Amino acid sequence: MSKQTMIEQLHRDYKRSLTRNKRWVHFFQIIIFLTFFVLWEIASRFHWIDPLIFSSPSKVWELLKENILDGSIFPHIWTTVFETILGFIIGTVAGTILAAILWWSPFLSKILDPYLVVLNAMPKVAIGPILIVALGPTMTSIVVMGAIISVIITTIVVYTSFRDVDQNYLKVLQTFGATRWQCFKEAILPSSFPTIVSTLKVNVGLSWVGVVVGEFLVSKQGLGYLIIYGFQVFNFTLVMQSLFIIVIFATIMYKLVEYIEKKIVKNG
Amino acid sequence: MSFLEIQDVTHSYFSKQSKTTALIDVSLSIQEGEFISFLGPSGCGKTTLLSIISGLIEPTIGHVLLENEKVTGTNKKTGYMLQQDYLFPWKTIEENIFIGLKLTKQLNEKTKQNTITLLEKMGLKNVSKQFPSQLSGGMRQRVALVRTLATNPKLLLLDEPFSALDFQTKLKLEDLVFSTLKQFQKTAILVTHDIGEAIAMSDRIYLFTNRPGTVHRVFHVPDELRREIPFHARSHEQYSDIFQEIWKELEELEQTNDD
Repeated sequence: MSKQTMIEQLHRDYKRSLTRNKRWVHFFQIIIFLTFFVLWEIASRFHWIDPLIFSSPSKVWELLKENILDGSIFPHIWTTVFETILGFIIGTVAGTILAAILWWSPFLSKILDPYLVVLNAMPKVAIGPILIVALGPTMTSIVVMGAIISVIITTIVVYTSFRDVDQNYLKVLQTFGATRWQCFKEAILPSSFPTIVSTLKVNVGLSWVGVVVGEFLVSKQGLGYLIIYGFQVFNFTLVMQSLFIIVIFATIMYKLVEYIEKKIVKNG
Repeated sequence: MSFLEIQDVTHSYFSKQSKTTALIDVSLSIQEGEFISFLGPSGCGKTTLLSIISGLIEPTIGHVLLENEKVTGTNKKTGYMLQQDYLFPWKTIEENIFIGLKLTKQLNEKTKQNTITLLEKMGLKNVSKQFPSQLSGGMRQRVALVRTLATNPKLLLLDEPFSALDFQTKLKLEDLVFSTLKQFQKTAILVTHDIGEAIAMSDRIYLFTNRPGTVHRVFHVPDELRREIPFHARSHEQYSDIFQEIWKELEELEQTNDD
């Protein structure tokens, strides 16, 4: 056997071992998934756990099917998804604008520094009740809740990325007599795009928290409302079903943002 | 009056803990069309002096006159080329070389065409739509040179523009930069710590002392060397004489520093 064919053979073996490894990973992922739901179902049937509290996959599935067929679940889904998307877009945009203002004026950023630290440390959901009193028990409060939870951390992360842009890029622009605005537009903002997009990924998760908590506090519609309603009437099948839908949609949104990130970072 | 006059420039950097004097009493004058090198150890304030000449920073004391006008901020007469190319990775080559024209509001069909022609003269055809990451280090530095020349500055400041390149690319680029600048009759100041590069490229060499930096000695490169392109200058018989002379001077400088 020549060296060449030997290397070919080894490469084939290597590729095969990679595929095999991947298959095993998938296998165990599916095993975990099935075990979880099967155990849950069995435990519930045999009353190892209280079926009234923990419900069971079959009951959740029945309820979900019923709600999809009569269409009653969709308004709840759209409300929550809409609020979350709006919340996280507002949070990210506002955070980026705030970061730009801080970058613009180093003096202002020094003044505001301790306030940012305090606001960042404060659990944002704690001001939920105040928001609702101030803005009224409407969708606005919930969207604001979804935005406010991510705005400060976005400001801090994006501002840091603005400041960390290689000063030599600015030097290049300044030698052409660029104004501060031109520096921002040509160098600071585009080089921070990857950071902004990666904060989007964090903010999707945060906005779900804000919106669901907002809906807990006040709402007539939405997945958070269904959870709190199910809790009040002791219908935990409804709670589980809503939780299940939230997991699905949160994952979809996260994956979407991840996809956008890949596109943007590749071009950068 | 000379093209560029540097008059008693002293510059200090201030911080809470300390004050660092980077330059002290630097005076020199440069005629139009000359190629000058600032040679000296790292940290001798060469880059500071370039920044002062370009108007990026204002000297603590003294001033710079360019064509009899006091330099008070960046201006169209001066182009600056940095140690690395610093091409914007998210812009295409075309957008990168047009940036100076765009910022100075001179971007039109004619200037665009001129810049593209210059790019092609540098041996870079069909790269306008590519991104910097697709180009090699030498190609990128050539693009950076085109970007600097696009706004047609009279004075070029070159801050160790070849130091990040491999030796072969560096020699080739030295020739290219040298002949391009001679062709367009630009005045140029090259900052370097490479003695050979300074001799091969320039008409005059200012040797700087270490911090605080000031002109220690001026070397005039012999006419025979000045006429040659850098690659040939390096193999000229007079090259090693002046190299030895500067080398000795630098050694002595270091010894006085150590004492």
